[in-house]
This record gives sequence, C-alpha cells and structure tokens, in this order.
Amino acid sequence: MALENNPDVVEIEKGLRVIPGANTIIASMDMIVDWARLSSLWPMTFGLACCAIEMMTTGSSHYDLDRLGIIFRGSPRQADFVIIAGTVTKKMTPIIRRVYDQMAEPRYVIAMGSCACSGGIFNSYSTVQGVDNFLPVDVYIPGCPPRPEALLEGIIKLQEKIKKEHFKWSRWR
Amino acid sequence: MPAIEKQMNTKDLTISMGPQHPATHGVLRVVLDLDGERVLKCTPYVGYLHRGVEKLAENKTYLSALPLTDRLDYISSMSNNVGYCVAVERLFGIEAPERAKYIRTIMCEMTRISSHIIGVSTHALDIGAMTLFLYSFRDREVLMDLFEMVCGARLTVSYPRIGGVRNDVNQEFIDRLYAFTEEFPKTIEREYETLLNENRIWKQRTEGIGVISAEEAISWGLTGPTLRGSGVPYDVRKFAPYDAYDKVEFNVPVGKNGDVYDRYLCRMEELKQSNFIIRQCLEQMPKGAILAPDAPKFTLPAKDKVLNDMESLIHQFVLITKGPISAPEGEIYVATEVPKGELGYYLISDGSGRPYRMRLRAPSFVHISALPVFCRDALVADVIANIGTIDIVLGECDR
Ligand code: SF4
Repeated sequence: MALENNPDVVEIEKGLRVIPGANTIIASMDMIVDWARLSSLWPMTFGLACCAIEMMTTGSSHYDLDRLGIIFRGSPRQADFVIIAGTVTKKMTPIIRRVYDQMAEPRYVIAMGSCACSGGIFNSYSTVQGVDNFLPVDVYIPGCPPRPEALLEGIIKLQEKIKKEHFKWSRWR
Repeated sequence: MPAIEKQMNTKDLTISMGPQHPATHGVLRVVLDLDGERVLKCTPYVGYLHRGVEKLAENKTYLSALPLTDRLDYISSMSNNVGYCVAVERLFGIEAPERAKYIRTIMCEMTRISSHIIGVSTHALDIGAMTLFLYSFRDREVLMDLFEMVCGARLTVSYPRIGGVRNDVNQEFIDRLYAFTEEFPKTIEREYETLLNENRIWKQRTEGIGVISAEEAISWGLTGPTLRGSGVPYDVRKFAPYDAYDKVEFNVPVGKNGDVYDRYLCRMEELKQSNFIIRQCLEQMPKGAILAPDAPKFTLPAKDKVLNDMESLIHQFVLITKGPISAPEGEIYVATEVPKGELGYYLISDGSGRPYRMRLRAPSFVHISALPVFCRDALVADVIANIGTIDIVLGECDR
C-alpha cells in the first residue's frame, strides 16, 4: 500500500503513523478515541468503608494519582468510572445504582477490596455479596484492603482494557 | 411615590446530604431543613454501613472474632483490637506479659497519631484547606510502613492477640519509630500548626462554631477529644488505665470554649502527647515473653512451633477445627480510649468458647446522635465543619 512505502510517513507504533512536518496523524478512530479516554480517567470515589482510606492514600502525596491524569471527583456527572471501595450493604444498594445511572457514558466500574468483589468476611444478613450483583464490574481488585499499589495496578488494567475497545466511539453499546 | 411592596414567597427547603457526599466521612446521611442558608433542623440517619458485626461475632470463636473488630473503626484498627483483647483478657483473667503491654501501648498511640492525622486533615480539606492533607499523609505513610513491618498489614492489622501480641518487634522497628518520634513534634510545629493555627480563614470557619457546653457534652455522652474540647478532662487512659498507661506520663489536653477550633487544638496537642508516650514506652520496654502462658487456649501457636512441635500442631488443629474447648462463664464491660473517644466492649460468655453476645459502645454512634446539638443555628457550611469536628467513622457507628 502506498502508506507503507511512502518515505514521508513514519510509523511510530503499530497502526499509528505521523507525517513529520505536516502536522498530521494517521490512525484508526478507535485508537485515537481510546487514547483520549484512557489518558484522563476521572474516578468518582464511592468510599464506603475501610478500603476508602486506602483509596484516599492513593490519591494523596505519597502515591499521587494525579500523575496518571486521575483526579477524584465527587460528582457522578463529571466521572468516567466509579471506584466502589468498601462493603456494600443492602441499604446502600439503591444509592449506588442511582449514582451509577447518573454517570455519563462511557462508564466503567472498579470493585476495590474483597467486600466489593465478593462480600469479603462479612457474610451476613445485611451485606451484598459482591457489587457485581447489580453493577457491571470491569476490574476487580482483591485484598482487604488492597494496597495503594494494587489500586494503581487496577486502574492501569482498566486503561489497558479501554485501549482494546473497538467501535465504542460512534455509539455507546 | 408609594413604595411597591412585593411579597416574596419563601419556603423552607429540605435537602438530603449524603449518603454519597465526600464530606460526610463515609456514608452518613443528614437531612437538613433549611431556611435560606440557616439550618432549622438537622436529622442524621445512620445504618448505611450496617454489616452485622455483632451478630457475626456470635458465630465465631474469641480468636476469629478479632479481625472483625479492626474493621469497625478502620482508621484506628490497633486500638480496636487492643480494646477487644483487653476485654477478653479481663473476662477470663488472663494477664498479658509486660513487654506485650508496652508494645500494645506503642501501637495504640501510633494509631492515635494516624487517626488524628486523618481526622484533622480531612476536616481541614472539607473546609477548604487542602495543603495539610498532603503534608500529613506523608507522615502517616511512615507509620503505615511500620505497621506493615511488624504485622504485614497496613490498615486492617489484627496484630494484638488475646494475652499478648502476635510478633515481637525487632530492633529496626524500634530504631525507625524512634527516629520518627524525634522528627514528628518538629513537623507538627513547623508545618501543621503554621498552616492552620493562625490561618484567618480556618479560624473564621471554626471559632465559635459548633459550641457545646461541658454539661451538655457530658449529658450527650460525648467522649474523647470531642468532650475534652469543652474542658472536661475525662480520659479512660487516666481514669481506668489498661496496658502500660499507668506507667507512662502524659497530659490530657483540654479546651475552653467547646467550639470546633478548641477541639482541633486538643487533637493537635494529643498528637504531641502520643508522641511523648511512644518515646517513654520505647525507653522503658522490658525484654521477655510477648504472649501470656495461659493464652494458648485462645490464641494460635506461632507458625514455626506448629511445624516443629507435635503439641503445638495438635493444639492448632483443635483450635481451628473445634474452637476453644471451654471458657468460663461471665460477662464484662471494658472501656478503652480509642482516638475517637471511649470504646466499650460488652462481652457475655456462656462457656461455649464463642461470645454469646458482643455489644459495642462506639463513640462515633454517640457523637452522631449529638450532631443536631452542634448544628443549632448553624449555616449550611458549618454543618460540614461540625461533621468534621466530631471525627466519626461510620464503620464503627453502624457496625
Ligand atoms: S475489603 Fe476489607 S478493608 Fe475493604 S471494606 Fe471490606 S473489610 Fe474493609
């Protein structure tokens, strides 16, 4: 194809070419949209219990989520994904669901901690055994609580997932 | 010309703050009746984090109920564990060895520092002073590393055991903690207090806000720094010492005016006092055993012993499969001073080796019930300041 043999087009990585001097990028729409999405993921912090403290720690000075372009938001309208950090009780379930429904698409869910993944040590009458009973979870982070590094890893995993998406830019489905 | 008087139609507004609100420190829901900016009525609703801890504990042995307790007030998990262990020890007449007592006291005070750091800095963050949050979490990280060193966990530690502690502390831990205590009071003075104490905005947002008198504070059952800010020098560590608190010296700081600012000052002073206690403990700590000789009935033997010693292996097997064979009957209420206030455990033993009832007197629950008192004639913005000042953790409140 002409693109391959053209000496003016430089391939930076697979599927991404630039024409130096011409201010032009040649790539698929998937790639550009996914790149834009994953580079500034804003989480909505849903701190429910102990895991929320580790989430706070991850956002504070020592681990510093800001350097990944991640800035905590308190409002679902401004968020790209939600971190469910903590024990989900039956009383809390409708509220979590409502907050999730208020988020603009595309939206993702990270379940942080054993409680959000599976109920954890609280197998009782009042706790929901895993947030995936009523939300579509993208990344599960096990641990009680997961270390801040684990949360970072989880967010990077979410970025990898977003990077692989196809045709999620024309219409969200 | 006659003035045109137009009747403004106003009406009271009811808003629900929370349970998803970044400033409610978890999942507290407060329903506010507002007349403009002014709060007419403030009603807290709790229960959004009810996990059934008390009920779960009834089905567990005394040992395996321990991990439930550090998930109550997850910011100060060590103190919760110690409170539980002290209660079970008193119930069954176990006496922890001296070294274990000192280690537990050190851990409690480290927890107090880390809890007050979170309490004060998120409180400041909510009112708009963000810098302290970033500075203080750097220091908290040092403590988290130390916790990790001694027990492998940062937050939910489950480190104390009934009749002692799980592992002995090593020299490196002691050296690093000592270095921290050298530096920390200077950090408080140089950074924390410079940032807030004379900060005009901070003072305007906190002085004269959420005033509660000493009588009222007592009759609402407040404890901890929330009570001491009103000038009542009540501290369980002084009045009913447990562990090594009767062997160390410390002051109980009290406030004068009972407002948000005084409670903040109390917490700052307590940071220094905790630091002082840790230093004394490190210097006085004796050598010796870390687990009481009669504790094995309730506590698993050390891992290396299980692998090398037949007795311990059998013992561990029995403990895990059957639970403790027998435990004396009785009931007890034991109060300990956790960073938030007085944490009480009420335990009933029916002799079965599992707690028949474990009831908790959680300071956060009591403090939330007093929130309407704090919010008398407050503005909406002051509600945030008041929630911060009572220093609540919902895990402990809802249980
Ligand atoms: S997973 Fe563990 S640390 Fe996280 S909320 Fe549940 S009990 Fe707490």
